[in-house]
Amino acid sequence: MFKILKKQVLSPGVLLFDLEAPRIAKKAEPGQFVILRVNDEGERVPLTIADFNREKGTITIIFQEVGASTQLLGALNEGESILDLVGPLGKKTHIEPDMGTIVCIGGGIGVAPVYPIARGLKQAGNKVISIMGAKSKEILIFEDEMKAVSDEVYVTTDDGSYGIKGFVTTALQQLIDKGVKIAEVIAIGPVVMMRSVAEATRPYGIPTVVSLNPIMVDGTGMCGGCRVQIGNESKFACVDGPEFDAHQVDFKGLMMRQRTYKTQEAQEKDHVCRCEQQGLTKGADCECQSH
Amino acid sequence: MPISLMKHKMPEQDPKIRATNFEEVALGYSEEDAVAEANRCLNCKVPQCRKGCPVEVDIPGFIAKIKEKDFAGSIAVVKEANSLPAICGRVCPQESQCEKYCVLAKRGESVAIGRLERFVADRSLAQGDNTQPIAYAADAQKVAVIGSGPAGLSAAGELAKKGYKVTIFEALHTAGGVLSYGIPEFRLPKDDIVKVEIDSLKKMGVEIEVNAVAGKLFTVDELMDEDGFSAVFISTGAGLPHFMGIEGENFNGVYSANEFLTRCNLMKAYQFPTHATPIHVGNNVAVIGGGNVAMDAARTSLRLGAEHVYIVYRRGEEELPARLEEVHHAKEEGIDFKLLHNPVAILGDEQGWVKKMRCIKMELGEPDASGRRRPIEIPGSEFEIDVDTVVVAIGQGPNPLVQSTTPGMDTNKRGNIVANEETGATTKAGVFAGGDIVTGAATVILAMGAGKKAAAAIDDYLKTKKQ
Repeated sequence: MFKILKKQVLSPGVLLFDLEAPRIAKKAEPGQFVILRVNDEGERVPLTIADFNREKGTITIIFQEVGASTQLLGALNEGESILDLVGPLGKKTHIEPDMGTIVCIGGGIGVAPVYPIARGLKQAGNKVISIMGAKSKEILIFEDEMKAVSDEVYVTTDDGSYGIKGFVTTALQQLIDKGVKIAEVIAIGPVVMMRSVAEATRPYGIPTVVSLNPIMVDGTGMCGGCRVQIGNESKFACVDGPEFDAHQVDFKGLMMRQRTYKTQEAQEKDHVCRCEQQGLTKGADCECQSH
Repeated sequence: MPISLMKHKMPEQDPKIRATNFEEVALGYSEEDAVAEANRCLNCKVPQCRKGCPVEVDIPGFIAKIKEKDFAGSIAVVKEANSLPAICGRVCPQESQCEKYCVLAKRGESVAIGRLERFVADRSLAQGDNTQPIAYAADAQKVAVIGSGPAGLSAAGELAKKGYKVTIFEALHTAGGVLSYGIPEFRLPKDDIVKVEIDSLKKMGVEIEVNAVAGKLFTVDELMDEDGFSAVFISTGAGLPHFMGIEGENFNGVYSANEFLTRCNLMKAYQFPTHATPIHVGNNVAVIGGGNVAMDAARTSLRLGAEHVYIVYRRGEEELPARLEEVHHAKEEGIDFKLLHNPVAILGDEQGWVKKMRCIKMELGEPDASGRRRPIEIPGSEFEIDVDTVVVAIGQGPNPLVQSTTPGMDTNKRGNIVANEETGATTKAGVFAGGDIVTGAATVILAMGAGKKAAAAIDDYLKTKKQ
């Protein structure tokens, strides 16, 4: 069992948990992820390690309540525990001194996994320019944290309610146009955003890394459910990634495979809500279609 | 009265009914059947059956006790050699092991050794577990076992009996390896059999740590240098799925058998949405391969509601590597065997879902290096079948996580750990390996045999080192 030491609402539907997991905290590196299971009937859910504290023995996860499993997770409170937590999984981000100027891009809650990477890059002595994108000001997270580990921070909002109006690629293009010499771009967020970043840097030949989020089951390389097409090769994101060269990724194939269980996911959400109505599990302000 | 040349039949669920549920197909002998079957055993002076058993169970010995109705005595004899008899009695391919060598097999059917082993094991489980905890010496040494599949469980049981404090590290959230995620419930019940047999190991004093991925959470060197383990046994199996590398393998609806079976067996996707893990099975399912894994995936598909399930296998009936009984069961349940067929492409629709599979007919040529006749494509024989789910069950390789983080331990060109066949000793001192990670995908009982041999070798190694 893994205890929730801290629960914080970052923005509506977006939660932060600090979990007691000393052994994982000891080994975790930027870019890696964990898989958790809330209870005995639960599925295995992959989440990026948003932060880790080796002294306190904690890891931080940030998640959006998008489906039945994340809602179940979100309903837990401080002091309660989740059943299974395994990690750190996946390869760590390539970080070394004197890489030059690195642009770290986080879209939506993708800012969370970008944070430890930006911090690692900064600690290694690199110049870090961060771009954070959100639909609007209310759902922007981790601004102070990102400022603390970056040389420059640009915020973009789709509706212009804060920072630059536009997408993360708007700010990225401005940097390119200004002639900033970018050694590498690291982008994490929704697949459409990562694809846009890849297309923005491709003409300039700027090395670009994205962290992919395909469907996973075990997370240790034994099933291939997370396979993605990278150039001419099929790779398992859980062990070969999750980070890959953005210019080689088949984003269309990734999005296609992410839709595999759309029907079942709707059914599952419906199932959970009916349970809640019947008082079988904790009642919540649920917004799913069954109400 | 002359001895019957046929085995006593074992009651089974009706094929039509069982193809719609996940309950066990084979129901096991009654006491009466077991005693009658035991009486077929001639109690040979030089029992050939034993040489067919990878852990050398005293077969005539335990059968003699069944004849006397001394069932407690019988299971004691089995357990001297085999710590997981309820599992082995169910999943061993007896026709190519113990029963192959039975003297009766020359004239008719062999003694049903597997069914009898299962009978005494089940009877003992039903009467409650009386496993006693081991009284460890104050200076007992610690041994780590990586992987809780058949090889690891067997090694752990043997080492514990020899007085070592054993911790098994398992990457998944449930112990058992292929016994938990691979072999389906209808062949090997999880709660009643697998969990109970593993619990009795725990009761004996073996610790099992789940959610512990070797190579990520810790390395082999750390176990030995920092955590005080005197020896390590690696039994991480063959868990890396092979795909065919043909066009269309990334379409939605194409699964590795590992993923398909893990969703179903470990995550209980057949109970979705009560259990949260989903699975997608269409009306027409093609399972590619002819081994036990393929049979399991095909029969699972039926139980998940598929209307038509094909086994697509590139060789013929005689070459099917699956256990005979399972092939028989699959046929009874209505699986359509497309033998001497090979897939060449998977075709999908605009939304990325599987729609068809293109196959080519094959014929058998000369025997290849493995001794099996080599399948050769028949030119111009391509055709398409309508399918909406494809399960690839063409084999598995070794997962590289542990090998790649263990300097000084050699692997071969396929990525398997190089280990002495008799002792399991690797090229790194104090580190042993066994089961599928050494041999490539094989059987449960061979893995258990390897675990047992390695336990003896680890005991020798640690005793010698101490002196």
